[in-house]
Amino acid sequence: MITLNINNKNYNVDVDPETPLLWVLRDTLGLVGTKYGCGMAQCGACTVHLNGQAVRSCVTRVSSIAGKKVVTIEGLSEKNDHPLQKAWLELDVPQCGYCQGGQIMSAAVLLRENKNPTEKDIDNAMVGNICRCGTYLRIRKAIQLAAELQRKGG
Amino acid sequence: MISFSALAELDLADKINELDLPDQWYELTGYIKITPDNIIKILNPNPEFGQNVMTSLPMIVADELEADWKQVVVEMGPHDSVKLGPQFTGGSNSMRMYWKPLREAGAAARQMLMGAAAQTWNVPVEEVTAKAGMLYHEKTGKSGTYGSFASKAAEIPIPKGMKLKEPKNFSVVRNSKKNVEGSKIVTGKPLFGLDYKVEGMLIAMIEHPPAFGMKLKSFDASEALKMPGIKDVFTQKLYEDGFEQGGFDTRSFNDLLVVVGNTTWEVMKARKKLKITWEPAGDTKNIMSGKREVVVPGELESTSTQLEKMKEYANKPAQQLRKDGDPEAAFKNAAKIIERTYNAPFLAHNCMEPMNFFAHVTDEKALVAGPLQAPGWSEPTLAKLLNLPADKIEIQMTRMGGGFGLRAYGHYIYEAALISKKVKAPVKLMYTREDDMTYGIYRPMYTATYRAALDANKNLIAFHVKGGGIPENAVHANRFPAGAIDNYLAEGWQIPSNITIGAFRAPRSNFAAAAEQSFLDELAEAMGKDPIDFRLELLKRAKENPVGKSNDYNADRYAEVLKLVKEKSGWNNPENTKYSRGVAAYFCHNSYAAHVVDMMMRDGQPYVERVFSAIDCGIVINPDAATNMVQGAVVDGIGNALYGGLTHKDGASEQNNFHRYRIIRMHEAPKKIDVHFVQNDIDPTGLGEPPFPPVFGAVANALYKNTGNRFYEQPYILQLNKSSKA
Repeated sequence: MITLNINNKNYNVDVDPETPLLWVLRDTLGLVGTKYGCGMAQCGACTVHLNGQAVRSCVTRVSSIAGKKVVTIEGLSEKNDHPLQKAWLELDVPQCGYCQGGQIMSAAVLLRENKNPTEKDIDNAMVGNICRCGTYLRIRKAIQLAAELQRKGG
Repeated sequence: MISFSALAELDLADKINELDLPDQWYELTGYIKITPDNIIKILNPNPEFGQNVMTSLPMIVADELEADWKQVVVEMGPHDSVKLGPQFTGGSNSMRMYWKPLREAGAAARQMLMGAAAQTWNVPVEEVTAKAGMLYHEKTGKSGTYGSFASKAAEIPIPKGMKLKEPKNFSVVRNSKKNVEGSKIVTGKPLFGLDYKVEGMLIAMIEHPPAFGMKLKSFDASEALKMPGIKDVFTQKLYEDGFEQGGFDTRSFNDLLVVVGNTTWEVMKARKKLKITWEPAGDTKNIMSGKREVVVPGELESTSTQLEKMKEYANKPAQQLRKDGDPEAAFKNAAKIIERTYNAPFLAHNCMEPMNFFAHVTDEKALVAGPLQAPGWSEPTLAKLLNLPADKIEIQMTRMGGGFGLRAYGHYIYEAALISKKVKAPVKLMYTREDDMTYGIYRPMYTATYRAALDANKNLIAFHVKGGGIPENAVHANRFPAGAIDNYLAEGWQIPSNITIGAFRAPRSNFAAAAEQSFLDELAEAMGKDPIDFRLELLKRAKENPVGKSNDYNADRYAEVLKLVKEKSGWNNPENTKYSRGVAAYFCHNSYAAHVVDMMMRDGQPYVERVFSAIDCGIVINPDAATNMVQGAVVDGIGNALYGGLTHKDGASEQNNFHRYRIIRMHEAPKKIDVHFVQNDIDPTGLGEPPFPPVFGAVANALYKNTGNRFYEQPYILQLNKSSKA
């Protein structure tokens, strides 16, 4: 039995300790906002926060995270009003939408640490997240808009 | 300054989504239901894979219905071809197929509501007006919501032959509306096939041969079966011998080794414990519809031998596809002949959501649910495979995490259904990324040789294209520049292969445009002409004095996008010379697209900094979403042109995940993509595919400007890196 803290809630899960966090979230806990894309930390669709840092849950063994705080896209904001979520809607970023949760989770760490990211900062923070539909232009703009909203306190 | 007016609208839309919808809908036509409290539910008939039909198709209904978009709730329709039409996402057809029927549905429902109001108010129906979800009778000052008349309206027979609106009166169409599933996407709600789950559902995966041309010889599952959570390991034939395949029933492998267990991770782990022996399959046979036999060669193919074979075939006589004038004589008399050969590799679709499907099959009925583009094509095959009547098969369409053509093919649905039938339980079949990439239905491998004959005055007197591929060629014989040149010859050939291929965003066009638009650029230069002016001259000829009768493009609309992109990109503005600029245009899937890409080199690597796009797809229904789609197509085109490619060694794919298959990333995407639509009132044509093919040519032409080398081999980055090392 492993105790996990996910989105400020404790869960006891009885799984193989080698199981990647991704599959515990999706199969065991039904938190399916975290997506499977590659299983080898190449695409970023499975990005979650582990003690505030963006990690790829597909290569994070569940045994390694006991006692640490996990935040998924479902827990990013209480009222679905994180500046990034607002900006994503305002600029209508998604096409198929499959990668967007992971994109937002990567961007959220960037915005917390860097209130005014440059284009280069955005490139560096987002290089690990693939969008096969090619919405990069709008992702970039949405991060810039979210930074502006955040500076205005929103 | 940022305006948030749109967000307020979204909040309301969310609130409507959260309401408990009443059971009692007043169904007006197949697409529309209205509640007494004036919520208008519109079904989206067509599968959604990111092209945004969930929003834009209901917009068409709402426009004719004169609905208030804020009251509209959209729901994915069931598979029901009687009520909801063809239900096919592909060929950039959603708008073309549904434009008229959805307008008629909206207009009919509006007329029924007006009729109900007229009856209630006892006034002539001609005096009733409808606007933004309300009905009015001006003379008496009476008014009411759609909802208050819905039950009565539902009893009025559905009128036929309604007069539709003039474009100048569009109220919803041509006004950008936000993606109706946006909030669900950014909060991680279950939407996709992989998110689908029912109580007691098992997970299944398939171990497929490691190479095309191989098959299962024997296996030992004793270790795998001891692993926790594993329910069964067995072999399953996809098609029994002699099974007549439909055109989208493509199979890569027929003998499936299936592992079924409780959870994804348990099945993944157990697969590693299987001991499997594979053997060469030899030549095999497919029986296609009409009992047509197709022999699939058993050779274990490698990219190097494929390239050699293509060279050999290119020199053999080929099938003539079109001939105008006397091209042989013109080439014989030419003062100069330019001949260039272009090659492109197989491409994997690499949808972000790997292939998967849910199935629950019993002796009496089947439920299948998941991401697919063509439910109507899969249903007859499912019925045959499961020996069930079609009306006992329910197909639910989830949102797709990408499709790009791959999800028009039904093999993973059939696999899931057969597995569920065998294990007598609800099952979700899932491909890992490796399965998805190495067990694909790829964009074919292509080649084409273009030749142009110039006379002593550098006039273009003949044009010849001879294209081939594995296992099909990409020659569109009746497309531009056919019709613009007196002496013209198009030929094609193909080499059979066991590597399975199928539709990939703008099939065939995605290579034809790359090759042809690169060649026209080189030709213009040889003739001392500006590349845009040269194309416009050819189009002028095609319009004023066309050669041949089967030209399948409209020269005026083609020229218009070139002129528009020339203007918007500041083509002749000297300030833009700091970029290496490439231009290309193409017509496919009934729409016209032209791009100018502005490239720069940093640290020896090419970056497209800006793109200007001009598009003619007729009426643009949802302008901001359409812009998003063009921007995506541009990024997709740049990525595939520069980096895309799947190669083989002894039948095995050499790329199996994103560490080996390069996908364009944030820092490689343009910072600016300006999209301009030609404004006209032509009925809408498609947009998912047309902007994609010309990007390849524009990138190649910009690379030439940058490096001084012409690019003939895709992916271009490999040719670039080779030439910079040389």
